[in-house]
This record gives sequence, C-alpha cells and structure tokens, in this order.
Amino acid sequence: MIRVRGLTRHYGELVAVDHIDFEVHRGEIFGFLGPNGAGKTTTIRMLTGVIDPTEGSASIDGHDIRTKAIAARRHLGILPEDANVYVDLTVWQNVMLMGELLGAGRRERRLRGEELLETFGLQDRRAQKGRALSKGLRQRLMVCMALIGDPDLLFLDEPTSGLDVASARLIRQIVAERNRRGLTVFLTTHNMGEAEELCDRVAIIDHGKIAAIDTTEGLMRVARSRQSVDVEFAGESPPAAELEAIPDVTAVKRDASRYVLYSEQPGQVAQQIATLATERGYDIAAISTRKPSLEDVYLFLTESNGSP
Amino acid sequence: MSTAESGSALLSQQARGAVTVAKKNALIYYFKPPVLIFGVLFPVFFFLAFSLGRSMPADRIVPAMVAMALWFTASAVGPLVTPWERTSRTYERLISTPIAIQAIVAGDVLSGFAFGISFSLVPLLLGLAFTDTAVASATSLVCGIVLGALAFSSLGVLLAAPPVHGPSYIMMLSNLVRLPLLFVSGIFVPIAEMPAWARWLAPISPLSYCADCIRRGFGETGYFPFWLNPLMLVLFSALFSWAACRFHIRSRAHGL
Repeated sequence: MIRVRGLTRHYGELVAVDHIDFEVHRGEIFGFLGPNGAGKTTTIRMLTGVIDPTEGSASIDGHDIRTKAIAARRHLGILPEDANVYVDLTVWQNVMLMGELLGAGRRERRLRGEELLETFGLQDRRAQKGRALSKGLRQRLMVCMALIGDPDLLFLDEPTSGLDVASARLIRQIVAERNRRGLTVFLTTHNMGEAEELCDRVAIIDHGKIAAIDTTEGLMRVARSRQSVDVEFAGESPPAAELEAIPDVTAVKRDASRYVLYSEQPGQVAQQIATLATERGYDIAAISTRKPSLEDVYLFLTESNGSP
Repeated sequence: MSTAESGSALLSQQARGAVTVAKKNALIYYFKPPVLIFGVLFPVFFFLAFSLGRSMPADRIVPAMVAMALWFTASAVGPLVTPWERTSRTYERLISTPIAIQAIVAGDVLSGFAFGISFSLVPLLLGLAFTDTAVASATSLVCGIVLGALAFSSLGVLLAAPPVHGPSYIMMLSNLVRLPLLFVSGIFVPIAEMPAWARWLAPISPLSYCADCIRRGFGETGYFPFWLNPLMLVLFSALFSWAACRFHIRSRAHGL
C-alpha cells in the first residue's frame, strides 16, 4: 500500500528524515513511533503531499507521491496532528465539505455523514459550530472528516493525544473495527499501550532514521535484555550488590523493598533469587518475571540511538 | 479508461473541487471583519471622500464608484483565505485532499470574483435607480465588471501567497499594493487629466483598464483603445493566477 525508499527531508542544515525505507502492507495497522522531533510528522506530511521530500521516493497504492500526487491522495483519509476543524462551520457542514473535497457524491456523503455522526456520537451536535466543541468532540469530528471519503488508507497523527478516556477509546475502537473491514492505517502515537493494542507492525524512528521495524512481538524479542524479574522482600532486603552478583543479571534497580533485576534469562534469575533467599533467610513477599513492554523496547531502541 | 477520458475526468474533478473551495470561502470568509472593512467599508469611505463637497456629475461618480467597489471587494477575499487557514490550522488538511493547488487557487479566485460582482452591483443599481445615468454599452460594462472582478480577485489571491502566519500581515500588504494602484488608475481624476508621471504609471494598474471599460459602458470617452481593456484584464488575470499558483506550490514544497 505504501512503499518508501530513501525518503529524506532537510530543513536547511537539519536532516529531519534521513533516507528511510519501509513498506506498509494493505490491511495492516502500521505504527510509526519515535520521540518528539524524530521525524514522524515530517514523514506523514511528505506522504500526504503537504511537503516535498528532498530526496528519495514514495508511492501510495502504486502512485508516486510526486509525479502522481492527485492519484496518490485520492483514497486517503488524513488526521493531521496539528489540525483543526473549520470553527465557523457546523459539524454537519464540516463533514459535508470534506466529503465534497474528497470527491464523494452528494447522496454517498450524506449517507456516510449520517452514519459517521451516529458512530461518533455527534448526531445531537450536528448544527453546532466547530468553535463550540470540546477538544475531544473536535477530534471525533476530525476522524469523521478523515473517514467521510471512505478511504483505503488512513493516516492518523497522534489521534488520541490529550483526549478524554471515552473519546480516545471510541477512536481506537472504530479504527480497529474499520481495519477489520480492510482499512489500512498508518498511525503515529506516543501512547505505547495504544500502539501495542492496535498495531500489527511498528517502526521506530529516531533522529530521522528507522531504528527498527517489526511486529510488536518481534520488537520485544529484540529487547530481550529488558526482560526482568520483579521481587519484593518482606522485612530485611538483601543489599543490591548481592543481587547484582547473580549470574546473567545485567542491571538492578531498587524501589524501597522492591527490586527489578534485568536479564535475558529471567526464569533462571528468579530461581537463583529464591535459592539466595532460602540460604540467607530473606523473606520474599512477591516475585514475578516480566517481558519487556513496547514502551521498554521503544526506550531501549531510542536511548541506544538505534543500535540495539 | 482512455488517457483523454481520464484527463477529462481529472479536469472535471478539479473543477468541482474549485467550486467546493469557493463555496467554503463564501460560507466562512465573506462576512469576516477584515473582508467587510477592507472590501466594503473602504470603497464607501473613499466614495464619501471623493464626492462630498464637490459638484460632480452623476455620470462620472457612478462608473467610478462601481469600479472602486469592484476593486476593493473582489480583491478583499483572496488575501484573507490562505493566511486565515494557516493560522486556524485547516490549510494542511485542505492541501492534502486530492485537489491540486491550481484548483484551490481557482476556487479562491472564484470566491473573490463572485463577492466582487455581487457588491459592485449595489452602486451600479443604486446609480441607475437614483441618478440620470444610463448604460450606453452593456457589452463594455459587463466586460469591465466581469473581467475586472477576475483580475482583481486573482490579484487578491496572489497577495495571499507569501507564507506568513496571520492574516494581518497580508491585509497590510494588500492595502500597500491596492491603494497606490487605485490612485494612478484614473478613478478620481481621469487619466488624461493626470500629471505625466501618473499617466505613465496608469497602465500598470489593472483598475485603469476596468474603470476605462466601465466608463465606456456609461457612454463616456475612453482613454485606452477599446480592445486593449479586455485584453489587459485577461492578461493580468492570467499573470496573477499563474504567479499565485507558483508561489503556493513553492511554499508548499518548502513546508512554509
């Protein structure tokens, strides 16, 4: 669906996106994660035709984004990060305007508009001006505007950032539901839980370069050293040095009576902690092994500057 | 689908897009304060300054008023739209729709054109109803109003092209351009009676040709040859629209 080769964008001396390559397959939700300023939004802006790449190429559904820009944008839905609705238009006018701009026929956009307002709980507010909506309701309206053209590919740039729980959950549910019906989604988010919940594959971008691309499970395997054993002692705790001396432990963090021991072999480390506790008379209150979350992987990859 | 068919489908899609953009502009921007102040109040006050205390014949005031209303109203919408959309963060989504920049510019021109024609009809109808002026050449009058609205509206859109964030800069720039062009256009003093330096400058103002055309429409003697007026207005429209597209495309490519 999306094919990116050597895509690069300079802003003067700054290289915002540096020769990135990736593909997004039809029907998948592709997460694009990275710290602020990593190049996520610049990548989306290049792919959606808002700015031109300095170098490299990209195509959407086989259409080159530069030479066949109109064709490439024909079946897109876009929710830009820093966008707004038309505050002087009503909810209904906003949706209809976007439908018209996206080329939907009159009857088609009316039917879809009614359905979308119903789905996003905006029916009662259809005559309300954009300026009267809360942030959450505006974001719901913007998702309606992105979906009114019945896109094949949806770009979502931080769709749930700063939203109330109900709005964020609603947007996630609808994105997942539309994806089951065949919609391809390109999602940037800072919410690792959201990426873990929604994405089939994830790319992590840092300093304009792709640090890793894989399924979420695959990425977690990459960060095996971020697996850990969480142990909490009741009463006296052993000194950290004693735990650090356990073979295969790469790092130890202490939080009051709770320790987190990082290791690529968390099962063996847990057994050794139990043995140590028995031998030295420490009382273990709780012990568990933990796989790295996507957040751990993200931090691992971005803090190590893309070289895991 | 053959290449010709797909080409005509694309053209028709872009034309529909331009009309949608024009409708959007009409809904949102026609009644914004900067448009009403610089587009509607300006010509009214200029008219008062121009005519109060001077005994001028109606057949000189009415064409001047129509041309001046057209000048200010048609060129008032364009400068507001893009800077306003940049500030209110709706521009990025607009340019990421499958509507080409050229069609967006055409829509902006169309909205200024319709606004200019609508408002210039007010002094025209008032003049015809309440003074003894009469239309001598409908062709010349319609030509002046229609082509003038197109040229002035294109100028307005061109003025909006610099990538600034905030409509106030562009409104300031637009007045910096529109006011000098107004004074050398023969609206207040016929071009033939202006000093030599002003007569040299008059041809660079599109308003000169429009006012000349409208004056002929009311039976006055023109300054330029009749054929030159529509030709120059078409050329100005084409030049302004082309330059507006170039600037918008350049700004978009640079992410400005």
